[in-house]
Amino acid sequence: MLIAGAERELLELARAAQIPITWTLLGIGVIDETDPLAYGYMGMHGWKHVNRAIQSADLLIGIGMRFDDRVTGNVRTYAPKATIAHIDIDPAEIGKNVVADLPIVGDAKHVLDALLPLVTKVDPAARADYFAELATWRTESEGSSWHGSGGFRDGVLSADFVVDRIAAGSNFDANLTADVGQNQMWVARYGKFRRANSHLSSGGLGTMGFALPAAMGAAIATPDKVSWAIAGDGGFQMTLQELATIVQERIPVKIALMDNKKLGMIRQWQEIVYAGNYHSEELAGPDYLKLCDAYGLPAWKVAKPEEVDSAVAAALAADGPALIWFEIAERQNVYPMMPAGKGLSDLIDKWGDDGEDVTEGASGPRVDPTDPQSGGAK
Amino acid sequence: MTPTTTARSLPGSGEERRHLIVAIVNNKPGVLNRVASLMRARNFNIESLAVSVTERSDTSRMTLTIVGDEVHVEQAAKQLYKLIDVLKVQDVTDESIVEHEFALIKVRATKRSRPEIVSVAEMHRAKVVDLGDEAVIVEAVGDPTEIDTLVELLREFGIKELVRTGSVVMSRGSGSIEEQVKR
Repeated sequence: MLIAGAERELLELARAAQIPITWTLLGIGVIDETDPLAYGYMGMHGWKHVNRAIQSADLLIGIGMRFDDRVTGNVRTYAPKATIAHIDIDPAEIGKNVVADLPIVGDAKHVLDALLPLVTKVDPAARADYFAELATWRTESEGSSWHGSGGFRDGVLSADFVVDRIAAGSNFDANLTADVGQNQMWVARYGKFRRANSHLSSGGLGTMGFALPAAMGAAIATPDKVSWAIAGDGGFQMTLQELATIVQERIPVKIALMDNKKLGMIRQWQEIVYAGNYHSEELAGPDYLKLCDAYGLPAWKVAKPEEVDSAVAAALAADGPALIWFEIAERQNVYPMMPAGKGLSDLIDKWGDDGEDVTEGASGPRVDPTDPQSGGAK
Repeated sequence: MTPTTTARSLPGSGEERRHLIVAIVNNKPGVLNRVASLMRARNFNIESLAVSVTERSDTSRMTLTIVGDEVHVEQAAKQLYKLIDVLKVQDVTDESIVEHEFALIKVRATKRSRPEIVSVAEMHRAKVVDLGDEAVIVEAVGDPTEIDTLVELLREFGIKELVRTGSVVMSRGSGSIEEQVKR
């Protein structure tokens, strides 16, 4: 979709036929997330309401996506009621992971251009009930899925809050590049993207260390935009030698180092999938302030929620590159999560590390990060 | 959350059978490696593979036999076609074709069994190409299933060594896969 540059055509189709739009990891930014038709990020760590909408749909139009396992989970239970129309430029993608009831091979822009004149305009009123139901699901899901806030109960910093504040502090107009692992999922879930190609991720390649060099490229390619590299401490340490290039060439990259002193996604899987048999997930890491000092890079260390906004503002105000070292909650997981082999209806959803389940619709101890009364920032 | 309905069917019937794939490729170093790597990545065991230069010296022709269901084999063919050096791919399994294979079979022989071996070979339009004191070499050309039959019959004498080239195929009639290559 993004390579074809078919965002406008997609929106026209969605508006004409009143179809909610959901996106894969690499589809983020295909629609402004504040658009009424933008429903959310799907899949293994996607929003519950999005996966629920997919599971209940009678028609799925997949454009440029490959229905990979992170999106479908167990294909046998995927979208059980849906007819699948699959539009892709690569014939090898059609019928590879799911059987396409309606296969269309072509460039997304060309296909949608050809399709649009054939679409009968749907009166939004005719679909009001459906959209009302979707809105209810969204409210429930967002209420139960803001899991990172669990971290605030102990006054520690939650990663999703950091991503949220970075996006907001940059007026939802920055390029955010994600590394690989938990940080990648937090960026995908909480980045609130409003612009095509403002989210850069290595996707299925899973290349740790991607965020920093990708942000350098983004900063050079789009000098009028702010470019944030959002990396975990594991991935950051794989390409941090690029700090030399950043300083030498004065590439104005803003770096958000999400340091949980772990390979967080590895730890999460070991906790949930491998019954707490932890192995090789701890990372010592250097003193990043000293590291940045050595390179001559301005840097801030943030460990408390109330310090986030001012640090983001300071990094943005810095002339040229800057780094913020966020000491985030060490054991925060990405929720919801679909365990491998399970289906989209089998998302697990629980608070932090304490094993307390928050099932769908349950009113867990939701903590507002900015409200001390609810146990948030003090 | 969702009412139970029938499970979504997976791509492919799951009914595996032998497929014959013909690929016209650029005749240069590394191409075979790319083709073989792709087959490995798709978890196909290549049952046989025959490669040789075509009528044009800049292209080679590969004939692969692989076992899989129709969707998996179609995937392999489509993925093969995405390789830059692969110019044309065709699954000719159900086409009207001539399929031939060549085999050399070294059979244990004694003075007594030798005439019997020779007559078995001749009955199957195979030739004896080497006669030794303790072994004979039988050369067979033809449909792979005919060679299978011959091998089974010779097995009772004791096979010391067996080599088969793998199938090569050509479509019957005037059609030519090489002429279909877009250049």
